[in-house]
Parts: sequence; structure tokens; C-alpha cells
Amino acid sequence: MSEVKKKQSLHKRNDQLANANRQLEILSNGIFASGELPKFADKIAEIGHSPLRPNKLEILQINVGYMCNQVCEHCHVDAGPDRKEIMTREIMEQCLEVIKKTGAHTLDLTGGAPEMNPNFRWFVEEASKAGIKDFIVRSNLTIIRANKKYYDLPDFFKKHNVHVVSSMPHWTRGKTDKQRGNGVFDKSIKALQELNDRGYGMPDSELRLDLVYNPSGAFLPGDQVAMEKDFKKALLEDFGIQFHNLFVITNLPISRFLDYLIASENYEDYMYALVEAYNPSAVANVMCTNTISISWDGWLYDCDFNQMLGLKVASKVKHISEYNEELLQDRNIVISQHCYGCTAGAGSSCQGTVA
Amino acid sequence: MSKTYYDPADLRKFGKITEWSEELGTKFFDYYGKVFEESALSAREKSLIALAVSHVVKCPYCIDAYTKDGLQKGITKEEMMEAVHVGAAIESGATLVHGVQMMNTYEKLSM
Repeated sequence: MSEVKKKQSLHKRNDQLANANRQLEILSNGIFASGELPKFADKIAEIGHSPLRPNKLEILQINVGYMCNQVCEHCHVDAGPDRKEIMTREIMEQCLEVIKKTGAHTLDLTGGAPEMNPNFRWFVEEASKAGIKDFIVRSNLTIIRANKKYYDLPDFFKKHNVHVVSSMPHWTRGKTDKQRGNGVFDKSIKALQELNDRGYGMPDSELRLDLVYNPSGAFLPGDQVAMEKDFKKALLEDFGIQFHNLFVITNLPISRFLDYLIASENYEDYMYALVEAYNPSAVANVMCTNTISISWDGWLYDCDFNQMLGLKVASKVKHISEYNEELLQDRNIVISQHCYGCTAGAGSSCQGTVA
Repeated sequence: MSKTYYDPADLRKFGKITEWSEELGTKFFDYYGKVFEESALSAREKSLIALAVSHVVKCPYCIDAYTKDGLQKGITKEEMMEAVHVGAAIESGATLVHGVQMMNTYEKLSM
């Protein structure tokens, strides 16, 4: 990929894959239309999970905007500095009303880089008053070192007892920078050390620091326990860094990762790998069964991936302004072939494996 | 007949060998699965051994499979290449040690 392409989102480049409908067409045509591979709906029907229905709501995941300081090659959000979709204070206020009343025990802020939303700190301060048990911010780490105005983020997170979940594709510089851009590894290491200095990630510390691993290429992730062991050993030995848990996440074939799969001629093999690794026991606990995803403009989705594919919840309630948890829970979850990404192997979710 | 002897898509069909000999095929895959379970050796160590052997037996399917397996396990390219060198060293050593046989024969036949 050219250096220019690496620095721009698909949206900025007017790439056809910036269009969610085009992505859904690709996911439903070809090997799935020909019957070479079974459709996800048929696969889950075999075990009585069609239509897929929600379990108890546990997580409200709010995407506060697609702007990011990085342009990662695998990003399912197609995030980057050129994305201008940012949650307004008005939508945040509507979210706060929901947070106060929800039965969910976890609030999960994501992006883009959520910290780049100008109302991020105000929102965290207000939301932390609501008494949510687990308040997650998905921080890409480099944002902490991106600009002076972000240098105090570790202290801000600590003040509000935020649970920090950060991406780290590998414990080596080469693999990390290949996926996320030059210099990302060194900045991430520095940011992790700063979080450790505040007590984040230390054994027995209540300041939770978890890392997210997702493969830097067209292959599935390995065993979460084994990878956590390798990550912990390498980060401690090489950099003195500690963290709590590693969440292993499978890359779903959408957006920039789909673009990469097609351009590298790995798409069909990857879909075969996902379907072959389909694990029926992962289906009952996939993320969309316990999560509601809210977009920067307040629309509701079954998960962050459906959000990026423009697949709104199949419910009368579609927007945060009309939020009604009881009505929302009585819905069928919207699925397509990308869902195989969450049922492969030990299953995959924003909280790691599910099976 | 196909135009080439190896087709990467055939690797996906490996399981089909049981269709023509169910008992032996099933026994093989059970054995294969058991061998690669984490035990006295870690799954990571086994993956690197498999990669080295794949090169020694020159099996393109195995090379594809265990390169991907290594990536999945977080094995670095430096570790993978070292494993290949271990295989290559044993293979070339196996060739060279036959040089002793050549030397013995040479001496025996020479006046």
C-alpha cells in the first residue's frame, strides 16, 4: 500500500469500500452466494439460534467519534485524522440520561480515539457519577503521547477510576508498527509505562489495565491464555511493563481489514478459515447478545461492527433519543457473514474470547 | 489432470482423505490432533518443530499451514527462520555425514 493511502481513511479516498452496502454485497456474494460456504444465518439455525436474540443487557458501548490520531491498516471503523464524525454534547446528554437508568453494568467508550472528542473529559466526569460498575475507555495509547494536551490523561483516568483497555498488536516493534504506523510501538511503550507509574495494570491494583491483541494479517488469533503469557513475559522482561488481562480479538472482514484482504488476495482463504473455525458454543455468548452499541450521532446497533456496516437495530427504538431498554431487548439481532468473525475458535468480542 | 501438481486450495480438502478410508483417516487425524496438544512441549514449540520439518520434507501445504500457525501463535519471523535453519542444518549434516561413507569406500577401494 502506498504511503499516502496509509495515511488516509477509505472515506477520504472515496474508496468503494467506504460504502457499507458495497461491503455487505461482497460479504453476501461470491463464495456465499454460490453455496461454497454456508451463510451465517443457516449455520446458527442448525443449533436453534435463528433468529439470534439478546440475553441480559450488560454493556453500553458508546462510540464518541471516528476521529483518530492513527490510521491502522486493519481498522473496522475506518478511523483517522480525516474523519469528522464526532458525538455532540447534545447526544452525550441523551446518553447520560440512558446511563443513569440502564440495567447494564459496563459502560464502554470507544472511537476512533475517544479522547479526541472535545467533550470527552466532561462526558467521563458526568458518566462516572452514574455509579456504573465498570467504566471502560478504549485508549489507543499513542494519544497519550500525541500532544501536550493529552499528557495528563493517565492522571485523568486514575481520578475517575477508568478501566483502560488498549490495543497492542505485538510485543515487538516491527509487527506493531507494520499494523498501526511507524513510531506507534515506542509511543505505546512509553504510555504503558506512564500508566504503570500511576498504578495501572500492577498486580492487585484496582486500576485496571487490559490490552487488546488482534492479528496483524490474514490469520486468526491464537489461544488467549498462551498469548497473554507471552505478552506478559516479553513486556516485563524488555520494558518492565505490567498489565492485567489480554483480550484476543479476531479481525472481522469489514472496512479497512476487508480492503486489505481483497487487495492481498486473502479474502477467500480468510473466510474459509473463519467458517472452518466456527464454534457453535460461542454463538450463545457473542457480544451482540449482551451489548448495545451507540454511534456518534445517537443511532443504536447490535455491535460496533454492525454500526460500521450501517445495520441499525431491528427494533421500533432506533435512536438514543427514544431509548427504551425493555423494547430494545425484544428484538432480533441483525447478522451477516461478518458475524463468523465472532464465532471462530474460542469466539471473539471486545472483552476477548467468549467460549 | 490438473496443470500443476500442487493447488493451495487442496489443503482445505485434506479432511476428505477419510472418505476413501474412514478408519485409517480418522485414526490419523485423531493422532495428529493429539500430537499437537500442549503437553511436555508447548504448542508454540511444537509449531516451530513442525515448521522446520515441513521444510525438510519439502511439503508446500505444511509450510503454508505452519507459517500461518506460527503467526497465530505470535511467533516472530526471526524465530521461524531460525527453525528453518535448524531443519536445513540437520538435512545438510545428514548429507555430509555420508561423506564418511564415501571416504571409507574410497579408502577401501584404493591401493
